[in-house]
Amino acid sequence: MRDTIRFLKNGEMVELENVGPTETVLDYLRLRRRDTGTKEGCGEGDCGACTVAVGRLIDGKLIYQPINSCIQLLGMLDGAELVTVEDLTNDEKLHPVQNALVEFHGSQCGFCTPGFVMTLFTLYHADSKEESRKTVIEWLAGNLCRCTGYRPIVEAALDACFETVDDVFSWRANQTREKLQELADSRDIFIGDSSKFFSAPVTLDGLAAFYGQHPDATLVAGATDVGLWITKQLRDLPKMIWLGRIQGLDRVEESPSGVLIGATATFEATEAAMTRLSPDLGELWKRIGSKQVRASGTVGGNIANGSPIGDSPPALIALGATLELQSAEDSRALPLEEFFIDYGKQDRGADEFVTGLFVPRLAANQAFRCYKISKRFDQDISSVMGAFRFTIVDNIITDARVVFGGMAGTPKRAGGSEAALKGASLDDPSTWGAGMQSLLTDYTPMTDMRASAEYRMETARALLAKALMEISGTPAKDLRVLAKREADHDRAA
Amino acid sequence: MTAPLDQKNMEMSLKHVRKPLAHDSAEKHVRGTATYIDDIVEPLDTLHVVPGWTRQAVRGRIQSVDLEEVEKASGVVAVLTAEDIKGINDCSSAFGGDPVLAEEEILFFGQVVFAVVAETREEARKATLKAKIDVKPITPILTPEDAVDADTTVLPDYQFRRGSPETGMQASEEVLSGSMFIGGQEHFYLEGQVAMALPQEDGGMLVHTSTQHPTEVQHTVAKVLGVPDATITAEIRRMGGGFGGKESQANQWASLAALAAQKTGRTCKLRLDRDDDMIMTGKRHDFKVDWKVGYDTSGKIRAVDMEFLARCGYSADLSLGVNDRTLFHSDSSYFYPDALIRSRRLRTDTCSNTAFRGFGGPQGMLAAERLIDAIAITLGKDPLDVRKLNFYDGERNLTPYGMPVEEYEVMHDLISQIEESSDYWQRRDEIKEFNENNAVLKKGLALTPVKFGISFTLKHLNQAGALVHLYTDGSVHLNHGGTEMGQGLYQKVAQVVAEEFGVSLDKVVITATNTSKVPNTGPTAASSGTDLNAMAAKNAAQVIKGRLIEFLCEQHQCGPEAVHFGDNKVIVGDQSFALSEIAKLAHMARIQMSHAGFYATPGITWDRESVTGRPFYYFAFGGACAEVTIDTMTGEMTVDRVDILHDVGHSLNPAIDVGQIEGGFVQGMGWLTTEELVWDEQGRLRTHAPSTYKIPTASDLPEDFRVKLYESSGNPKETVYRSKAVGEPPVMLANAVFCAIVDAVASLNPGEVPDLHAPATPESIMRAVQDLRRRKAGS
Repeated sequence: MRDTIRFLKNGEMVELENVGPTETVLDYLRLRRRDTGTKEGCGEGDCGACTVAVGRLIDGKLIYQPINSCIQLLGMLDGAELVTVEDLTNDEKLHPVQNALVEFHGSQCGFCTPGFVMTLFTLYHADSKEESRKTVIEWLAGNLCRCTGYRPIVEAALDACFETVDDVFSWRANQTREKLQELADSRDIFIGDSSKFFSAPVTLDGLAAFYGQHPDATLVAGATDVGLWITKQLRDLPKMIWLGRIQGLDRVEESPSGVLIGATATFEATEAAMTRLSPDLGELWKRIGSKQVRASGTVGGNIANGSPIGDSPPALIALGATLELQSAEDSRALPLEEFFIDYGKQDRGADEFVTGLFVPRLAANQAFRCYKISKRFDQDISSVMGAFRFTIVDNIITDARVVFGGMAGTPKRAGGSEAALKGASLDDPSTWGAGMQSLLTDYTPMTDMRASAEYRMETARALLAKALMEISGTPAKDLRVLAKREADHDRAA
Repeated sequence: MTAPLDQKNMEMSLKHVRKPLAHDSAEKHVRGTATYIDDIVEPLDTLHVVPGWTRQAVRGRIQSVDLEEVEKASGVVAVLTAEDIKGINDCSSAFGGDPVLAEEEILFFGQVVFAVVAETREEARKATLKAKIDVKPITPILTPEDAVDADTTVLPDYQFRRGSPETGMQASEEVLSGSMFIGGQEHFYLEGQVAMALPQEDGGMLVHTSTQHPTEVQHTVAKVLGVPDATITAEIRRMGGGFGGKESQANQWASLAALAAQKTGRTCKLRLDRDDDMIMTGKRHDFKVDWKVGYDTSGKIRAVDMEFLARCGYSADLSLGVNDRTLFHSDSSYFYPDALIRSRRLRTDTCSNTAFRGFGGPQGMLAAERLIDAIAITLGKDPLDVRKLNFYDGERNLTPYGMPVEEYEVMHDLISQIEESSDYWQRRDEIKEFNENNAVLKKGLALTPVKFGISFTLKHLNQAGALVHLYTDGSVHLNHGGTEMGQGLYQKVAQVVAEEFGVSLDKVVITATNTSKVPNTGPTAASSGTDLNAMAAKNAAQVIKGRLIEFLCEQHQCGPEAVHFGDNKVIVGDQSFALSEIAKLAHMARIQMSHAGFYATPGITWDRESVTGRPFYYFAFGGACAEVTIDTMTGEMTVDRVDILHDVGHSLNPAIDVGQIEGGFVQGMGWLTTEELVWDEQGRLRTHAPSTYKIPTASDLPEDFRVKLYESSGNPKETVYRSKAVGEPPVMLANAVFCAIVDAVASLNPGEVPDLHAPATPESIMRAVQDLRRRKAGS
């Protein structure tokens, strides 16, 4: 047992005994350290002004990822290197990404700039990246700037981020790796007392036992959702259990039958495997949150919290994913769709927790499509999310899984439509009508700030039609405005 | 004796102005060392203020306010209510009606009723939730139409009338009419509203305030505290964005911080939570526009009748100027022979709408573009041809408010240049072909003009002051009434002052805007920051320089033409001195080396009452060509290419100006596409965080984005180095994106005018698409 957290900052180890269960990294920086370079823009992880870089050893490699410090818990820094804008200069000399931002006039009011600097710092350090505008934009979508219109920032990134890495962090990378290895112990962390604590067990059994004692505790993985309970809902969450230290829980295992995703595997960590399952799934993953959110947010958390704003569940349900849960006594698995009972209500026992998710691979005669409709393409939540898996024999649909998000209180399968589509022919669009018509009775969507009920219903029908058109042979470039930016995948059925 | 410099030689000799220099704070921005108000090291005893309100009410009478639990909450030092106000409970700019703290009535969803002062911000935030406020609801008036029905306004109606629109309409070969909704816009400055008040001796207060209008904050705080203006100092080094949202909207938060400081005697800071900020502060006005246009079969407009119904919110705030500017820009760049242009300033029980970059102009211009699109589509003509046909020219050059468009040739030249550089006509053909071959995706193209009037239409605001000191080491202290919100004003003014003194920029020390240095200033707004403040600072520098020249002439028995300032030196005849040497000598000779410069824009004669005179010193021009693709199944849209050519006269700093143009365009594009403000049926704003309100992100940048400065022969007016204002005009370049979407939708049913409303979200586009399809099926 350890009653401190330890992390690296500017090459030195920082050890903190006093860590509040809901203390954020941003508050630690600004209020405790009085390091005011990192800014708060929104307090909910949507603007990126508070972006810092967090370095960790992943498969032995030192990887820096951008993190929204406003919703990251301080305790979650344990075992990592924290890099903030103050750390980048070397003897007052600007870091290459800072230099480029000045040279290309990438700042106006400057308030968002430290966040951009830090995201660009992580891009600068990212390995195996394609040098392209597309890459840059993918990294920057989580940093809002209201002044520049982004063009100079994108150009600064293209100029600076694809050079050979040559900064303080690369020079001392070996020492950093050694220090991080030294920090990596296998002790449970417990800071506080039994009524108020931050804890981080290292084994599943340890978690099961501890959660059994404290079923009122909050389980947190990436904090991209829980963070907002703290900063926006001002909830008192005195008991915090962070899952990030549980060994093996972040596994991503690809097999011929499918992909096993551990509960704490992030969107970022699963993106490649998802892309291999289906190019559409890969594109969807890229449009979930931002780079910052995907680096912290977990697929398991997105499901376990039953967040109505989860864009991944409809796609995972369409693919036939199963969810695995565990408690002190028991473990079980269930089809993902059965987990979502009602708005804000999931099939999870008081002391039960999600351990993983299995996503089966598509069979040779199956086709999958998914579409996300939102006001803004990136870093937005869908108004309608449609996902479809069709099993096809001789151009006849023998089985259909039709799933929508945004059409009900939970991600939901369209039972009527699925039944009506059985027997439909890809060669004859007149056989698709019944499947589309059934959506009118499968769902009763609502009107909110994202879209009206009418638009949702019309769009759901349009997305189903679009999927059928695509698998019948209409090229994606004729059906998707985003086709030009999406990877040039072979979407053949 | 030196020969007089001709214009070209003078330009060649310019060392600082017209150079693409980086923003003065660029290095500090990237280092994270640029100090914003929340970064200022706080005194040890600092308290934090958080406004309290009720989520239960939109409009209603307050029955009771129970703050007992709030007072008892952890860390709470004081709770402020209206009773704590010793002065006047109003933080409005001019017209009244904006209580700092509610007394008897809740006027809108987000009205502040009390404020908690606590040891930490977190404690203060949590304590606000413990209030029990009982409100007897009154059915709120929410939309412009509701307000018209109820006949509630914040200000009297106003109109421009020329000729006889009634006769003109009757005499027209064709008449079209329609209605259009234009949404508002949240400023979403990245740094939210923030103020910190430090009590001073004798009841005074130093207020650090993130505002575009420090003088107004100073005066408001004094009024609310009940103390003389002179005891209050407002200071701002930089804002993390303003966009009009910190013109009048900063007053309330500075007042609350000062009230808390007055009550507790301690430093008090108030930084709004983002959601509170978005709920409580005003936004760009949304409009319903009813329009009618008479024209001939060539597409030439004969008569126009437009009515602008503005949702002003619960109070007048800046709605007079905003709505006037809507009328001033309802012509876009087109000559209306007969015109009736009416404005209603409607009172609704929503947040009080306020200044936003463009100040009503963008809505006026967008409505004008709708007229043109409607005429072109109905006649089966290309909208660009109809635009050009109606442009102001040598004979038809009077605006509906009587001001001539003197630089119409610049407008024509600029548009024809961009017409060519954007390959408009070739792409028009390609798009036609694309649309014929694509059932689902449709492309659209539009080239639209910008003509924006530069000056405050409220005459007295067109003045500025600066304070410049030359120290004996040759360094220059620069201060002026303009504020820095990222637009590069400080740097441009510094360039002008460095040029004047012939010193390198590092000798010119930029200092925070402070009401005790330059008093009684106007807001940094109306794109006029540089025009006004650079002239005032230039004046100050010139006066100091003039005194030095006089002194040197006496010392060296020479004429003023023998004295030259440059390269940190002063040349007198064949002798060269360091500026510091001259400054020391002048000091010994008791020459004053400080001056308060002043500038008032000449030639502005607008009289609102009689609707006569000249409201603007000059116009800034621009043009944009946008190409979009829409998905007619889902309404999704991408902006594929944008070409921009913009007129900034002789640019003071091309890098900063291009930044304003690109940033303004993208902000305007956000307003017209992804940024949707949604109120529910009860009148509660539902889009009060970036999770639900979507400003453009990097991926919304047009894939092909070509921005150029127009090669100008200089502003014909005597502005600073013949430059033109650039802050607001580029917002309206984004009209091209909206019109391109209209064009794409129109391809579905040629001859029919799409009923597209702003913002063009996927849902808005789909509605227009379905409406056109229905009309097609029906015809």
